[in-house]
Amino acid sequence: MRDERFNFAFLDERSKRMIRRALLKAIAIPGYQVPFGSREMPLPYGWGTGGIQVTASVIGPNDVLKVIDQGADDTVNAVNIRRFFQRTTGVAVTERAPEATLIQTRHRIPETPLHERQIIVYQVPVPEPLQRLEPREAETRRMHGLAEYGLMHVKLYEDIARYGHIATTYDYPVMVNGRYLTAPSPIPKFDNPKMNMNPALQLFGAGREKRIYAIPPYTRVESLAFEDHPFEVQRWDAACALCGSRESFLDEVVTDDRGGRLFMCSDTDYCAGRQAAKAAAA
Amino acid sequence: MSVILEARGLAKRFGERPAIEDVSFELHAGEVLAVVGESGSGKTTLLNCVSGRLRPDAGTVRFMTRHEGLKELYADLSEAERRFLARTDWGYVHQRPEEGLRMNVSAGANVGERLMALGERHYGRIRTAATDWLSRVEMDPERIDDSPRTFSGGMRQRLQIARNLVTDPRLVFMDEPTSGLDVSVQARLLDLLRSLTRALGLAAIVVTHDLAVARLLAQRMLVMKGGRIVEQGLTDQVLDDPQHPYTQLLVSSVLQP
Repeated sequence: MRDERFNFAFLDERSKRMIRRALLKAIAIPGYQVPFGSREMPLPYGWGTGGIQVTASVIGPNDVLKVIDQGADDTVNAVNIRRFFQRTTGVAVTERAPEATLIQTRHRIPETPLHERQIIVYQVPVPEPLQRLEPREAETRRMHGLAEYGLMHVKLYEDIARYGHIATTYDYPVMVNGRYLTAPSPIPKFDNPKMNMNPALQLFGAGREKRIYAIPPYTRVESLAFEDHPFEVQRWDAACALCGSRESFLDEVVTDDRGGRLFMCSDTDYCAGRQAAKAAAA
Repeated sequence: MSVILEARGLAKRFGERPAIEDVSFELHAGEVLAVVGESGSGKTTLLNCVSGRLRPDAGTVRFMTRHEGLKELYADLSEAERRFLARTDWGYVHQRPEEGLRMNVSAGANVGERLMALGERHYGRIRTAATDWLSRVEMDPERIDDSPRTFSGGMRQRLQIARNLVTDPRLVFMDEPTSGLDVSVQARLLDLLRSLTRALGLAAIVVTHDLAVARLLAQRMLVMKGGRIVEQGLTDQVLDDPQHPYTQLLVSSVLQP
C-alpha cells in the first residue's frame, strides 16, 4: 500500500543523509544537541516534525514500526504518523512493543523493557533544558560547552522552596554520561529511570528548534536532585482498573458526572497484553 | 600589602574611537579604589576590561589567584577559568540590580545560585547560607521565598550584594552601585558596603560619578577623562587638594546643600 509518488519515507535522499550525519554526531557525543537543517513537513510544528524526520532517516523497508502518543497507539497523533509512514514506506506496523524495531514516541517510554535491536525516537518540543532559565542561546551553548549546570539546580531549588518538594513531573532534566545536561522530552519523570543503561538506541528530534540529540545504548542517565531531596517517581494508591497493574504509569479517567473515576495504564499495549495473559490463564 | 590586581597599559577602542588609553594601576588586597569621571570617560569600559568581561586591545591585567600567583586574565587563563573566578573569587555589582539578579526566581535561589554552580547539592545547607546572607545585608530573612520583583530598589541592590558575597570573594567590582537609589537609601547602602568591605577585608573597584561615594568608601581614587587617568592618589588628598584642572572642576561642581 505504499504510495509510489513519494520518495521512500517522504524525505529526499540528500535530506536523509544530512540528518543521518547529524545523528552520527549526536550518538558520538551523548546528550549534545546537534543543529540540523530541519525540513518543512506535511504537518504543523508541535505534532512531531522532529521525530518524523529522524524516523524517516533511519527507517528501512524491513523495519517494523510502532508509534506511541501518550502511551496509546490509537490516539490522533499516533494514528496519523503511523499512516503517514505506511503510505510513504509500506513498512509493517505493530502495536506490540517487543516486536517493533523502530518506535516513535510522544510523552512515554513503553512499560515493556526495550531490547538491543530497537531504536526509540522521541518527539521533542523544547530541546534546551536551560531555556526557561536562560533565554539567550549563545549563553546556554557556552554553559553546555563549559559544563556549567548550577542553574538547573536553581530551578529545582525554586520548586522545593515553593512547593516543599521537587514539583517538576515531566521533562525532568537528566545528565547524560556524566557530561551533558539533557531534556528527556516531555515524558513523565516516572520514565526517567528507564533511560538509564537502556539497551536500545534513543534518538531525539526537535523540528522547530532544529536540534537532534541521542543517548546511545547502555549509557548512564542520571536525574538531577539534591542530597536531601532525592529523585523520586510518581506512585499511585490505585491499580489499573483493566489489568490490575501496580507497576505501570496510570492515567486518571473521569467516567461520569457524579465523581466516578478510574485509573488505567497509559501504555495501552502493555495493558492489553496483561489482559490477554489473564484471560488465557483463566 | 600585597597586590591583588594589576593593570598595565590598558587600551580599548570601539571602531575608531578610543574608549580607554594607556591605563595602569594597582589594587592591593583589602583596598577600595574609586574610579570617578564624567559619563563617557571610559569608567565602565575600564571596569569591564579588568573584570575579565571585555578583552582589551593592548595591555595586561594580572590577578593574584589564591594558589597560583599572578595570572594574566586573557593570556594565562582560559574562558572557563575566567568564568570560574568570576563566580567564586570575584563579585560584580551592577548599577541596575535587575541585570545582576535572576528576576524570575526567589531571593533565596538568587543567593544560592553561586553555591549550586560550585556543586553544592544539599538544599538545607543552601537555605541556611541564604538566610544568613540576607540578614548580613540587613534584609528580613522571612522574605527568602519572595520574588525580587516585589522588592524595592534598595532591597534589590542589597540582594545583589548578598548574592555576590556568598562565595567569600576577595575582589568585588561595582558599577555605580548606588546611583539608582534615592538619597536616604543610598546612605544606608553605602554604610552597609563600608562595613562589609571592612569586615570581610574585601578589595573593591567602585565606579562612580558621585564624589561623596568615593569619599565614603574608597581609600584611593582614579580620576578619568577622555579615556585616560588624569590624576590618582589617596581619596582625601585628591578631593581636598586636586592638582589636575579637570579634577579641580569636578570637585568644585559638587552642589552644596
